[in-house]
Amino acid sequence: MSSLVRYVGQALFYFLFAAAIGGFASWPAYHQVPENTAQIKLSFNHGGARLEDCHKLTSEELAKLPTNKRKPSNCSRERQPIVVQLMIDGTPLYEAILKPSGLSGDGQAQTYKKFIVPAGKHVILARLRDSKRTEGFDYESRFETKLAPWQNLAIDFKAEQGGFLFR
Amino acid sequence: MDLLRRPLRAGFDVGEKLLAMAFPANGNPLLNLGALGFFFYWIVTISGIYIYIFFDTGVTQAFASIEYMTNDQWYSAGLMRSLHRYASDGLVAVMLLHILREFSLDRYRGVRWFSWVTGIPVLLLIYVAGISGYWLVWDKLAQYVAIVSTEWLDHLPFFGQPIARNFLSPETLESRFFTLMIFMHIAIPLIALVVLWLHLQRVSKPRINPPRGLAIGTGLALLALSAINPAISQGAANLAQVPGRIGLDWFYLGAYPLLENLPGTVTWSSAVALLIMFGAFPWLPPLRQQRAAVVNLSNCNGCARCMYDCPYNAITMQMRSDGMAFEGEAAINPDLCVSCGICAGSCPTSTPFRRMSDLVPGIDLPDRSIAAIRDDVDAESVRLEGPARIMVFGCINAGVVAACRSPSVGVVSLNCTGQLPPSFIDYVISRKLADGVVIAGCSDNSCYNRFGTRWTKDRLVGVRDPRLRGRVPRERFAVVWAGRLGGAALRREIAMFAERLALLGPFKPNGQVSLAVTPEEGANV
Repeated sequence: MSSLVRYVGQALFYFLFAAAIGGFASWPAYHQVPENTAQIKLSFNHGGARLEDCHKLTSEELAKLPTNKRKPSNCSRERQPIVVQLMIDGTPLYEAILKPSGLSGDGQAQTYKKFIVPAGKHVILARLRDSKRTEGFDYESRFETKLAPWQNLAIDFKAEQGGFLFR
Repeated sequence: MDLLRRPLRAGFDVGEKLLAMAFPANGNPLLNLGALGFFFYWIVTISGIYIYIFFDTGVTQAFASIEYMTNDQWYSAGLMRSLHRYASDGLVAVMLLHILREFSLDRYRGVRWFSWVTGIPVLLLIYVAGISGYWLVWDKLAQYVAIVSTEWLDHLPFFGQPIARNFLSPETLESRFFTLMIFMHIAIPLIALVVLWLHLQRVSKPRINPPRGLAIGTGLALLALSAINPAISQGAANLAQVPGRIGLDWFYLGAYPLLENLPGTVTWSSAVALLIMFGAFPWLPPLRQQRAAVVNLSNCNGCARCMYDCPYNAITMQMRSDGMAFEGEAAINPDLCVSCGICAGSCPTSTPFRRMSDLVPGIDLPDRSIAAIRDDVDAESVRLEGPARIMVFGCINAGVVAACRSPSVGVVSLNCTGQLPPSFIDYVISRKLADGVVIAGCSDNSCYNRFGTRWTKDRLVGVRDPRLRGRVPRERFAVVWAGRLGGAALRREIAMFAERLALLGPFKPNGQVSLAVTPEEGANV
C-alpha cells in the first residue's frame, strides 16, 4: 500500500478518534427531569422527644450513687419516632414515620426525598410530630409558591428556627 | 465465556486488520492500548499540574477560576483544560478497549490472573479520579455529579447524616467539599499509578510508551480537538435549580442515569455482583493449562537466552547447582509460566539434528516437547507427496492452521511460533522432508504470548539467537502472520508458495535460484 494511502488512513483514524472523544464527552444530552416540571426536596435531621421523660433524682437517690455518677436527672436514651407529612394542593405527597437512628434508637431521625411536580402555583403543607402525642402535629407550615420549570424547592426542618424552612 | 469472547475477538481482528492497512506493524493503535493509556495518563498529569496553578477551591471561586482559564486564557490554560479533559476521556476509552481485547484473546486466565485482578482497582481509581474532577468545575454538570454521587453513597448505611444534604440548597453548601475533592483528585491518580506498577509486575518488557508516531498522532489529535471544540462549563451550579438538561461525559458518567433512576439496592447489589464477577473472570472457568516448562540441567549451559526471551518473567538465572563448569542455570517459577514454549525455542540445544542422544533440550515443555515436535515433523513428512511438499509450523493460537493439511501440506502445531527453533527449518529442508517450510502465526505484532512473533522474526533475520543458519535457502520458507481470521489468506499464500516451490524443483544444496519470497513479504499477509 502506498505511503500516501497509509497517511490518509492514519489521518482518518485520528479524525475518527478525536471525533469519538469529543462527541461522547458531552453528547447526547441527558434530560434529568422533564420540561415544565419542578423538584421538591424534603430533607432534615431531627431528634424526637425522649421516650421517657427525664427523672429528677432526689437527694437520697443521689447519695446512693457513686460520686462520679451523680447527675441531677436521669434520662432515657431512646427517642420518639418522627411523623412527617407533606401535602401538595391538598394531596398527600409523602407520609412517613421516621425511626431514630443509632443502635439504641437515640439518634436523629433522617429523611431525604425528592419529588417531581408540575411547574406552576402550588400550596404546600408540611407537618411534623416529634413528641409523645398520638394525634395531631407539633409543627405545621403552609407555603404558597409558584414553581418555575426546573426549580428546586428545598424543604428543611430546624426546630430551633421554628420548624420547616422553605428554600 | 467462549461465546462472549468469539464475537469480540472477531471484531478486534477486523479492526486490527483495517488499522494494519494504515499503520506500521508496531504502530497499530489496537496493539498499543495499554501504552496509549499510559501516554494519556501523562498528558492528564502534565495538563492537570498546569491548570491547578489557576484553580481556586471554593464555592464561588472554583467556577470563576475555570471560567477565567476558559475565556481569558483560552490559548494556554483553556487549551490545557480541554486537553486534560479529552486525554482523560481517551484514557478511559483505551482502558476499556484494553480490557475487552485481553478478554477476547483469553489473556486473563491461568497465570495471567494477576494482571487482570490488579487491573480492576486501576479502572475503579481512574473512574473515581475522573468523576472527582468533574465535581471541581462546579457547573451544572458538577452539581448533577455531586448530587447523584452523594445520593448513591447515601444508600450505604455508613454515614451518620445523608451526604447529599450538603447540596440541598445554596445555603447548605460549604467549601470544604472542594478541598476534599481536590485532595481526592490528586491523590487517587497517584494511588492508581502505584497499582499500575503492580499490574505490570508479572509482565516482562512491558510496553508503557507507544511508538513515537502513534504518540505524536494521538497527541496532536487531542490538541486539535481541544482547539476546535474546547471543553466549556455548562453554566454555574445553582442548587435552587435542577440541572434539567446536561451534556454528560458518557465515558465517565454513562452509568449515572441508572444510578439516579434505579433503586439503591438494585444499583449497589448490581455493582458489587459485577465487581465480584469481573474479579472472578480468570477462574470462570479456570484455564486448563499445560504443565510449566522444566529445566534439564545436563543440557543447560546457563546461556540465559530463555530468561531474556520469556514474556512473563517466569525464568531466572541462579547459581549452578550441579557442579558443572557453568556460571549459572535457568530456574523456572511454575506459577508464572504460561507454557508458551518460547524458552525451548530459544535454547541452543533444541536442535532436531541430534540423533546420537535423546533430544532433550536444556529447557522444554513436558506436554509439547521439542522431541515431540520433531516426531510430528518426521511423521508428517512421510505422507507428503507432489512436486511442492510443504511443512507448515502453525501456532495453535492462530487457530486456522490445521485446515491447511492436504496430501502435499503437512501441519505441525506449536504452542507459539516462538517455540520453533530456527534449526527446524534447516532440518526439514536439508533432510528433504519437504520442499519448503511455512511458519504461520498470530496477526503481526498481536502474538497471544506477547513476543512469539517478534522473536521469530528476529531469529529468522539473524538479529536474535538462535539464528537461522546462512545455508538455509531463504526462498524455501515463508512466514505468514495471518492470525485467527486469516484462514483464506494463509491457504492462498501456501498455494502461491507451492507454485514458486514447484518452479524451483527439488532442493539441491549449493544450487539454488534467486529469491522468490522473503519473510518480510510473507509477514505482510
